[in-house]
Amino acid sequence: MNIKVRVWRQSGPSDKGRMVTYDVKDISPDASFLEMIDVLNETLILGGDDPIAFDHDCREGICGACSMVINGVAHGPEKATTTCQLHMRHFKDGDVIDVEPWRAAAFPVIKDLVVDRTAFDLIIQAGGYISASTGTAPDAHAAPVPKKDADAAFEAATCIGCGACVAACPNGSSMLFTAAKITHLGLMPQGQPERDSRVIDMLQAQDDAGFGGCTNMGECTEVCPKGIPLSLIGRLNSDYRKAIAKS
Amino acid sequence: MTNTDFWTEGEPVVDKAAPDGPIETRWERRKFAAKLVNPANRRKLTVIVVGTGLAGGSAAATLAEQGYHVKSYCYQDSPRRAHSIAAQGGINAAKNYRNDGDSVYRLFYDTVKGGDFRARESNVYRLAQESVNIIDQAVAQGVPFAREYGGLLDNRSFGGTQVSRTFYARGQTGQQLLLGAYQALERQIGLGNVEMNTRHEMLELIIVDGKARGIVVRDMITGEITTEFADAVVLASGGYGNVFFLSTNAKGCNVTASWRAHRKGALFANPCYTQIHPTCIPESGSHQSKLTLMSESLRNDGRVWVPKAQKDTRKAADIPEDERDYYLERIYPAFGNLVPRDIASRAAKNVCDEGRGVGPGGLGVYLDFADAIKRLGQKAVEAKYGNLFEMYQRITGDDPYETPMRIYPAVHYTMGGLWVDYDLQSTIPGLFVVGEANFSDHGANRLGASALMQGLADGYFVLPNTINNYLASGPFPKVTAASAEVVEARRQVEDQIEKFLSIDGDRTVDSFHRELGHIMWEYCGMERTEEGLTKAIGLIRALKEEFWTRVKVPGKGEELNQNLEKAGRVADFIELGELMCIDALHRRESCGGHFRAESQTPDGEALRHDDEFGYAAAWEYFGADGKPTLHKEELEFEYVHPSTRSYK
Repeated sequence: MNIKVRVWRQSGPSDKGRMVTYDVKDISPDASFLEMIDVLNETLILGGDDPIAFDHDCREGICGACSMVINGVAHGPEKATTTCQLHMRHFKDGDVIDVEPWRAAAFPVIKDLVVDRTAFDLIIQAGGYISASTGTAPDAHAAPVPKKDADAAFEAATCIGCGACVAACPNGSSMLFTAAKITHLGLMPQGQPERDSRVIDMLQAQDDAGFGGCTNMGECTEVCPKGIPLSLIGRLNSDYRKAIAKS
Repeated sequence: MTNTDFWTEGEPVVDKAAPDGPIETRWERRKFAAKLVNPANRRKLTVIVVGTGLAGGSAAATLAEQGYHVKSYCYQDSPRRAHSIAAQGGINAAKNYRNDGDSVYRLFYDTVKGGDFRARESNVYRLAQESVNIIDQAVAQGVPFAREYGGLLDNRSFGGTQVSRTFYARGQTGQQLLLGAYQALERQIGLGNVEMNTRHEMLELIIVDGKARGIVVRDMITGEITTEFADAVVLASGGYGNVFFLSTNAKGCNVTASWRAHRKGALFANPCYTQIHPTCIPESGSHQSKLTLMSESLRNDGRVWVPKAQKDTRKAADIPEDERDYYLERIYPAFGNLVPRDIASRAAKNVCDEGRGVGPGGLGVYLDFADAIKRLGQKAVEAKYGNLFEMYQRITGDDPYETPMRIYPAVHYTMGGLWVDYDLQSTIPGLFVVGEANFSDHGANRLGASALMQGLADGYFVLPNTINNYLASGPFPKVTAASAEVVEARRQVEDQIEKFLSIDGDRTVDSFHRELGHIMWEYCGMERTEEGLTKAIGLIRALKEEFWTRVKVPGKGEELNQNLEKAGRVADFIELGELMCIDALHRRESCGGHFRAESQTPDGEALRHDDEFGYAAAWEYFGADGKPTLHKEELEFEYVHPSTRSYK
């Protein structure tokens, strides 16, 4: 396949940035989107140009590092698929593809397609855990967990922290990310003692980190590579109201 | 003492930290004998932890909980992205919840045997003991393991064992366990007990007065080089599978932290022991940047086969039952599709070498779920393996519910690593090594679901109970940036960066990495020979020379420069690759993941030579162009007596 990509180039946080067009020739439909960028970068380097900086690591859809807005959609056109798992067979010969970084106030651009997502760690720091220091645990079978709850907790816990939800949200809100963690821990019996403080502290942290408010647009769940449902935000809001009423 | 063209032999290396006496109480006695640090003194002691995977994340969190001041470093943008996150299948623990005859002793036995009698008994026994505590700890953190309808934990079986002791969270066990450790770590960061440094890469170890006292790091965003000090340094920087370029490792996984410590005197043990995982998605073309694993747990229900005839190009569905060869079930009736990884991989290579492989280039075998779907129903298969099937379909475009998966072996894990004693301390005092980065527990082959177990055992339970013995003699004299050793370490890093940027050659870093990978896969992969290894050493030396004269690294040092990062890693991989070939050449036997064609039984199984090679090979660095020195650690088998590993 021969395609054109229009890529966001920004040399650093203070650079204004611009879209630059590149030709990419002879790409196999079996190549992944990132492998296509690899091929382009090899050409750029040998031609004396600066290669495109982008985040990526596991390339199997689980680490959450890759983060490209492709043709205006976070992680591109395939449903429930990270950028690294998107393959060129989903594009056509001659396509012109736009590639941009996550854009959100809380995720400033570092260079080209690389953004700073430290703000997600700050939300977890504020309460996205169960306080159980090493060595304090009772036997694993001490507290059975109904299979239904364990399965639902697992589904919420599959969030990879990539930030597509924030990039897709017109408000730059991190509610789906936060709701996934609130749901995961809130469904487990171990998570009950800190349930109220957790939701209050995590919501405060997301406001402090500069994420926008949630207005239930639902764009987040549309782009989520793990299919985290919008209903979890309802659960978070319910937990929050109860916690505030008690405090 | 031998002195060959490629290496010289030095004094033996001895593990002085392990107690002797009954194996059941060794760990208890070691913990009791270890010196303790008064809680009030712990906060005056700083520990650097490099890497935030299962081993590093759990170690940093636990040390901080104990009251030490911890400085943590990772190259990713968040500690949650360490490659442990990609582990799929599960984690072993000797809980015996199935009442199927499991015990600490059996897990110990299986691991020593599975490692082909090249692991240290004391370490493995301790690993089996701690396995049960890991499950308790993870459950307390809220890790959502798979459960049965009664609310209790579910188990499955895995290759190389006949009991069901693997705990799992669908096909994302590594993710869930890592998030547990990550959340514990973030809690400690929030409490101010851990200073977290993301997007920072360790480029040198600082040794002062013979002790590990810090590291030189590069801030990967600004390019700033800084020197960081501590009372002890812990490397949890993972394995070196990316020396093969194509592997199931994440793209960023590298050997640099370990290798720079090796260059400073830490012995590197058993580098040739690499695990080739039997169930990965085959390559699709020259653009291939990594390989994707399909969890070994798939072999519980999937049946592996190839056509009986050579060059059979019919579709799988068109090949009748009696023209299929379920070769694992045929050759290994007792274990069938659940034979250990090394055996399954080589069997796949053998049938492909016979011309019976399937798919493009004949480099693939079928993993077929048709019988499982018939027996259990599609829903049950989906519940167990749904995400893996989806992943397969996304990458290949084929639907495994309809047509069998095509799989081929790929480099997955490295059993070798920095040599450590029972306390997980390397040959440099104050330098500890945990998780895949060390060499200690898996011998020549790791069993499935044992990597998560080892990483977490090291980080949660072992290191936090041994490092105190060392730290009890601290705090050590203050080190400053002006100390001669620190200035020198920093200069080495700066010189190397300057060198990379000044060569301005005509080949990219990746092109060298790919070429190294081809050499390693061809000559130091699933089957090794004296002739091939000797040739590989020559090729790697030529590649090294070419790399240092022709590599092109664009950009500057004082910016985000991903090719500069890669250049440093590839330079280290090239040196490591040479040592791996030398290690493989010197070990004239077959064991575990190391198969020497010259050493096999008449029916093609691995043939060990315990009298001659019943030791761990720990190598000392003697310059990029010098000959490494071999230090042998003799292995004693008091409990599990070496026998021919048979899974027939």
